[in-house]
Amino acid sequence: MSDATYQNEALAGAIGLFDEPDALLHAAGKVRDAGYTEWDCHTPYPVHGLDQAMGLRPSPIPIICLLAGFGGAGLGFFFMWWTSVVDYPVLIGGKPLFSWPAFIPPTFEFFVLFAALTTFACVLFFCRLFRWHSPLHDADVMREVTTTRFGIVLKAEDARFSWTEAQRLLAEAGCTDIRPLPVWQASGSAAGEHDQEGVRP
Amino acid sequence: MTAQATTMTPTSAPVAMNRLEDDVFQPLESFPTGRWLGAFFVAGGLATLFLVCFFYTIIQGIGVWGNNNPVGWGFAIVNFVFWIGIGHAGTLISAILFLLRQRWRTSIARFAEAMTVFAVICALVFPLLHTGRPWLAAYWLLPLPNANQIWVNFRSPLLWDVVAVGTYGLVSFMFWYTGLLPDLAIARDRARHPLRKALYGLLTLGWTGSNRAWSHYEKAYLLFAGLSTPLVVSVHSVVSFDFATSVIPGWHTTVFPPYFVAGAVLSGFAMVCTLILFLRKFFRLEGVIAEGHVELMNKVIIATSMMVGYAYFIELFIAWYSGVAYERFVFLNRAIGPYAAGYWTMVICNVLVPQLFWVKKIRRTPMLMFPVVILVNVGMWFERFVIVVTSLHRDYLPSSWGMYRPTLVDVGLFVGSFGVFFTLLLLFCRFLPTVAVSETKALVPGAQSQGGHQHE
Repeated sequence: MSDATYQNEALAGAIGLFDEPDALLHAAGKVRDAGYTEWDCHTPYPVHGLDQAMGLRPSPIPIICLLAGFGGAGLGFFFMWWTSVVDYPVLIGGKPLFSWPAFIPPTFEFFVLFAALTTFACVLFFCRLFRWHSPLHDADVMREVTTTRFGIVLKAEDARFSWTEAQRLLAEAGCTDIRPLPVWQASGSAAGEHDQEGVRP
Repeated sequence: MTAQATTMTPTSAPVAMNRLEDDVFQPLESFPTGRWLGAFFVAGGLATLFLVCFFYTIIQGIGVWGNNNPVGWGFAIVNFVFWIGIGHAGTLISAILFLLRQRWRTSIARFAEAMTVFAVICALVFPLLHTGRPWLAAYWLLPLPNANQIWVNFRSPLLWDVVAVGTYGLVSFMFWYTGLLPDLAIARDRARHPLRKALYGLLTLGWTGSNRAWSHYEKAYLLFAGLSTPLVVSVHSVVSFDFATSVIPGWHTTVFPPYFVAGAVLSGFAMVCTLILFLRKFFRLEGVIAEGHVELMNKVIIATSMMVGYAYFIELFIAWYSGVAYERFVFLNRAIGPYAAGYWTMVICNVLVPQLFWVKKIRRTPMLMFPVVILVNVGMWFERFVIVVTSLHRDYLPSSWGMYRPTLVDVGLFVGSFGVFFTLLLLFCRFLPTVAVSETKALVPGAQSQGGHQHE
């Protein structure tokens, strides 16, 4: 595809497609070393070793999940104590008001409940879900990167981005199938909003 | 894994992945077959029967059930424990086998998780209906103060059960949906009709396969598996506490938690196996779900069958060894009393019949294993019936002994709950990918970097 086709069209970025996981890993390392920050890899399944190749930091989800679990367990245990001892004490079967061993099974369940709800919220937040306006969604390349191929997207938001520069970098990294990624054009208002993100090559 | 090797013998990784995708998505993208429609009408009919009995019970009150004074827990609790047990195999396959890196699970995990979610739905209906006024049940069961400002009693195992099963239902759904996200994106990108594309696009929440997302996603999936593993063990343990913490002979035993968990896994795997046999036949998924996968499930069945058999034996032994007359009587009454047929159905179907799986040919031939897994399903339902009914109908005072007979409404609700379950399952098979495609793709030979390190 020639440059001329895209002269008057705003770009959201450029995508380079690969067929082999090894080629992807190699190219991802190159892009990382070139100093890009606004870029991503798109793959049909998790490719092992790509996190390191992209230089991603480990996900904070486990520690958040752990804290939420202990928080939930503590809250649940406190709530059971408060309802049985403070707010409305009822003697049942002659058992002590604060019969803590009986509170242990629900405390465990509260741990799991809070940890799981938080993990799910983390998936939505960190994976940037609930966003239906990625420029990739309507591009033909989306079909390829959810099937068998791998894509490296250099986003226009990056200060280094230009269509010629992106082509050069991806080609240098061993990519033979480089395509421009037009901004999202599904409806008038949405396209207008995203025009600002795009740059003109 | 050998099972993996028999599944995928491709010429190249992309060809294998495309074939896998086509196999799994074909039923979603074509007009329903006559078989599917037939099955859907039967299941829908039974689900209608369920609704009729459900509303009849609400209008008339639970007096239309067979529950009576010595046997206050009839079919409703039997069915509740039965369906919760069915659900446990789904969590076991998706969570525990994931943590143990059993790769064969990928082809059946999605389906088993869906089964869990639907089984929990079927299970929850019964105790809610058992309260007589299900529209108020949420108010009674959730920790909300009642009209006199009194709170629910957290010392009661029945309330532990509410917390455990409620958590289990929610966590199973979130685990299932998280697993579905990448595959819904495939469905979106394969869709030709704009409406179809829009709906799957909406459901997939904007998934683009970004590695920045995958990186978090994989961690979260691992955490879900890690949380679900103790959860599934705790849920059936808590269900068993409903019985074990009471002072009814035959219920008041410490063996109940592990015995219930093993029984849940046995019944759940038998149900997965039954359904998988239909699924791979009707939707032509023999290439994805191989004989090897079913054989491994059958090995789990024989293992848990022997654990359950051991529990049956220990119950008898302890009843004798304890020297308590009431305990001894309950077990004699189970074996030779009025419900002896139920007891021996349970022993034969759960302990003796699965021994046939020692024969490799039976483990691997769908036609031969089918009767075995069906009988295990039957036996596990009778196990719950024996536990609930025989302990209650004759306890300490012979003057308050009685008999329990289910009414037509009881039977209608039980049979109808299968209709609800299968209706949901058939809809799932039509509209959502039944195999975790992106997860299976990652295991195709050649899918991962050759020079790179192996996954943990």
